[in-house]
Amino acid sequence: MDEEYDVIVLGTGLKECILSGLLSVDGLKVLHMDRNDYYGGASTSLNLTQLWKRFRGDDTPAENLGSSREYNVDMIPKFMMANGALVRVLIHTNVTKYLNFKAVDGSFVYNKGKIYKVPATDVEALKSPLMGLFEKRRARKFFIYVQDYETNDPKSHEGLDLNQVTARQLISKYGLEDDTVDFIGHALALHRDDNYLDEPAKDFVDRVKIYAESLARFQGGSPYIYPLYGLGELPQAFARLSAVYGGTYMLNKPECKVEFDENGKAIGVTSEGETAKCKKIVCDPSYLSDKVQKVGKVARAICIMSHPIPDTKDSHSAQVILPQKQLGRKSDMYLFCCSYAHNVAAKGKYIAFVTTEAETDNPEVELKPGIDLLGPVDEIFYDTYDRFEPCNDHEADGCFISTSYDATTHFETTVKDVVELYSKITGKVLDLSVDLSAASAATEE
Amino acid sequence: MATVSPLAKYKLVFLGDQSVGKTSIITRFMYDKFDTTYQATIGIDFLSKTMYLEDRTVRLQLWDTAGQERFRSLIPSYIRDSSVAVIVYDVANRQSFLNTNKWVEEVRTERGSDVIIVLVGNKTDLVDKRQVSIEEGDAKSREFGIMFIETSAKAGFNIKPLFRKIAAALPGMETLSSTKQEDMVDVNLKPTVNSSQTEQQGGGCSC
Repeated sequence: MDEEYDVIVLGTGLKECILSGLLSVDGLKVLHMDRNDYYGGASTSLNLTQLWKRFRGDDTPAENLGSSREYNVDMIPKFMMANGALVRVLIHTNVTKYLNFKAVDGSFVYNKGKIYKVPATDVEALKSPLMGLFEKRRARKFFIYVQDYETNDPKSHEGLDLNQVTARQLISKYGLEDDTVDFIGHALALHRDDNYLDEPAKDFVDRVKIYAESLARFQGGSPYIYPLYGLGELPQAFARLSAVYGGTYMLNKPECKVEFDENGKAIGVTSEGETAKCKKIVCDPSYLSDKVQKVGKVARAICIMSHPIPDTKDSHSAQVILPQKQLGRKSDMYLFCCSYAHNVAAKGKYIAFVTTEAETDNPEVELKPGIDLLGPVDEIFYDTYDRFEPCNDHEADGCFISTSYDATTHFETTVKDVVELYSKITGKVLDLSVDLSAASAATEE
Repeated sequence: MATVSPLAKYKLVFLGDQSVGKTSIITRFMYDKFDTTYQATIGIDFLSKTMYLEDRTVRLQLWDTAGQERFRSLIPSYIRDSSVAVIVYDVANRQSFLNTNKWVEEVRTERGSDVIIVLVGNKTDLVDKRQVSIEEGDAKSREFGIMFIETSAKAGFNIKPLFRKIAAALPGMETLSSTKQEDMVDVNLKPTVNSSQTEQQGGGCSC
């Protein structure tokens, strides 16, 4: 330390590591620090010993679970949409060379007490009991409209301005039933509540398109992919990108204290008696807690099991969406499951998560509808964490704070935050219009 | 005609303290050159090289630390799935030799017995400044049950023998424990448009 940098990044969460990578590639001198001795911050993946230490207060996990290092338990469970924004970032930065992915086996939705597969093909859709025959015809017309819709092609709009028309109005034009609307809005567009119905339909349509395109990408049973060894691989991959382009990494730096000048402008970071100077600070909310405000809370349960989630056709990886209306809540609840097939657990073990935006202070009671769907559980850990948003003036203080991870099942909001932060930090727009159809298979390394 | 088996690929990771010469060993082997201006590693990611042995051909993937070892901040995935860990110390820097214990421990923790470890004493050209004898290096390697060799990237001494020694010790294809490739998805792969989707588009192209 005791050096001068363009940017000091605090916290090695996924957002911070993506930004560190992008800024280093841009030629900025970056110092990246974390108070923990591991990468990932709030979005890390923990081994068994770390999991026990964090949630049980001791470092002696149950012996029958296998070796600690075989576990990579995600702290922010999400799947990647195969055609989504995070994949574009990975391709844009060429970070895919550090990672391996598998398609997620299945995506399911909870309806009237039962779990149904979200259809991945036309054939599955026709057979699915989620809709009656006549409803299927109406839904098909809707899907064709969505599929054909192109922002720059007025003909495909069929006389509707999706920036004006609400989602509710669009849906009623196709005469869809409430159950179908619920299904499309929550299981395909992945909205967490019903606020989208009264907002312009553009976002809703775009989301359904991403889902369909992601489904088509790998012909898997779902639109998602997931990295081997868990999501903790992602921040590590971006950290390596940063390091290859000159970024300096310091883990295990306690009390990273941001220093300000008399005008309230950030000028550096002090840790263990040494100060590194910089022009800008990038960090997660925990490093500048007086410059963020609480905007919500996430409740979650982490479970170790010896079987897949029941009624998911023995999926080694699966997502189950429990729409809020089915549960009488304000927000959806999600189940998320991965297993030894992804090198995140010992042989024969599965890791399942139940996640939702918290509406009470009692996660055990609140998460029960999701946990009941899991069947027998070997170990369970409950947790809640607050979500924060920055409330500082970054032009005045030079601090760029990321927003906490939400309870969504994917990374679209994560990348949106990164793109916005990048623009604020550099004044440049990040062009992620990677042409996926033009990308060729990676050359032999 | 003899069946041509797929080229075996092996991940080699280089470990050891800062400035012991890890990058120089790689660049000497890859390009047969040495940069006398030291700069903490910037820019080298991983490089691939095919080696032609008497009985087979192997593809080595040489990973450099990108400088993340400087403040002991290597990413755990650096070591993961490696076939060989090359742990380098500087024969003119006794502390770097003593620190190899930590590097061996780190590899064993992450990889168990699934990895070949090679202890490398580099910078033998610094004859007058030597602080670690070849006997000490050899003794430590026996203690850990790992391979040992001394080199000089600067002088070009023993670099090729190092890699030949490694290649000869590599297991054959049949014992590779890598994940089955058919399960993986290639994120860079062109999307496949299925027939029903094309049909729905009325034969139109969405590009």
